[in-house]
Amino acid sequence: MNKTVIFLLDGEVIEGSPGKTILEAAEDAGKYIPRLCAYKGLAPHGSCRVCTVLVNGRPQASCIQPIADGIVVESESAEVRELRRGVIEMLFVEGNHFCMCCEKSGNCELQALAYRFGITAPRYPYLFPKREVDATHPYILLDRNRCIQCGRCVRASRDVDGKNVFQFGGRGAGKRIAVNAAGGLGKTDAAVIDQAIEVCPVGAILRKRVGFRVPVGKRKFDHQPIGSDIEGKAGPTAV
Amino acid sequence: MEKPRIATTSLAGCFGCHMSLLDIDARILDLAELVEFHKSPINDIKAFDQHCAVGLIEGGCCNEENVKVLREFRRNCDILVSVGDCAIMGGIPAMRNLVPLEECLQEAYLNGPTVFNPSKRIPNDPEIPLLLEKVYPCHEVVEIDYHLPGCPPPADTLWEALGALLKGNPIELSYELIKYD
Ligand code: SF4
Ligand code: SF4
Ligand code: SF4
Repeated sequence: MNKTVIFLLDGEVIEGSPGKTILEAAEDAGKYIPRLCAYKGLAPHGSCRVCTVLVNGRPQASCIQPIADGIVVESESAEVRELRRGVIEMLFVEGNHFCMCCEKSGNCELQALAYRFGITAPRYPYLFPKREVDATHPYILLDRNRCIQCGRCVRASRDVDGKNVFQFGGRGAGKRIAVNAAGGLGKTDAAVIDQAIEVCPVGAILRKRVGFRVPVGKRKFDHQPIGSDIEGKAGPTAV
Repeated sequence: MEKPRIATTSLAGCFGCHMSLLDIDARILDLAELVEFHKSPINDIKAFDQHCAVGLIEGGCCNEENVKVLREFRRNCDILVSVGDCAIMGGIPAMRNLVPLEECLQEAYLNGPTVFNPSKRIPNDPEIPLLLEKVYPCHEVVEIDYHLPGCPPPADTLWEALGALLKGNPIELSYELIKYD
């Protein structure tokens, strides 16, 4: 049972404990695999596909794929990087991301990934979809224009806060984040200290009246690319 | 040897990106040594009469005039660069893309809380360029060779980019020089 699993990640031998996902085992070894819907402490979702790797040549979401002995995983190859880049670009054109006036700018994981990938413009046409803003809660803003449907808030509210404030509604391109009350977020039992509010990777769920508190230059991703923290604390199996 | 010519324009932009170019401070003198500015609001040359090496585009396309100017730049410049978020994704002007154009005009000229417009007319003089139904990023109208994001892009980004182009190199921006805000 306690035996370690040995696999190959970008040509390097990695040891991981059984039951870990590829993303987790890579992270323990100081290798960052980009991700958006995955969040430590929340059940994996496998929906954003940013963490896609090739496992024995087949694309898999590394946040849900368990490690196995002898698998050959490709993460930082040109092909995989290009797949991820495409996904990130799609997330930008599918929503309405006006970073120049977004409170999350500088601390946003989607934006930070685009920076990390050196994206200067998406290859796809902007869709400018119509999305609703919900400002009914006194302390929390829900701006669906910036929602990337990662489901972190859904899982955190259900599994950590025990509240089920958020859920998805609609299908396909019409899928939207919804709240558990006809009168909007303000009529739910959402509280500003909920984990669901904390985990949103983008500026879709924001605490009101604290925006732009951190000056430009001091924000999370102003100087350090996203993932630097993981790459900085390499485990014993990493180079 | 002839100096390479640079042309610049502001389409649906706020001139902030041009200000950022001036923000390269004393390096502007070096730039003036290296290049010759052709059609640009900086020197007020209105029409192309020579081909240019580089065209810098600020702002996206919100009206028919913007499209005309952008196409003219494409014809007259070897390398076309979208400068700033407005050129790249429409920026602040593209916020109107979330509202139908007619509703937008009614709010601006008739119904807005601060509107004073006794004639109750929405401006429609033939001199005023017709608005497009939405604001378009430049690369959705003509082919664009490089994008320099930011609102505005930092002066160092512009300096690095121009430096690379003048040396005949591709633009490669480091982490700190790609910013969307
Ligand atoms: S949520 Fe992120 S990507 Fe979207 S506008 Fe805000 S900072 Fe930009
Ligand atoms: S609101 Fe935020 S956390 Fe919830 S699905 Fe949208 S992006 Fe994810
Ligand atoms: S990108 Fe920003 S600074 Fe440049 S023209 Fe647009 S609004 Fe102005």
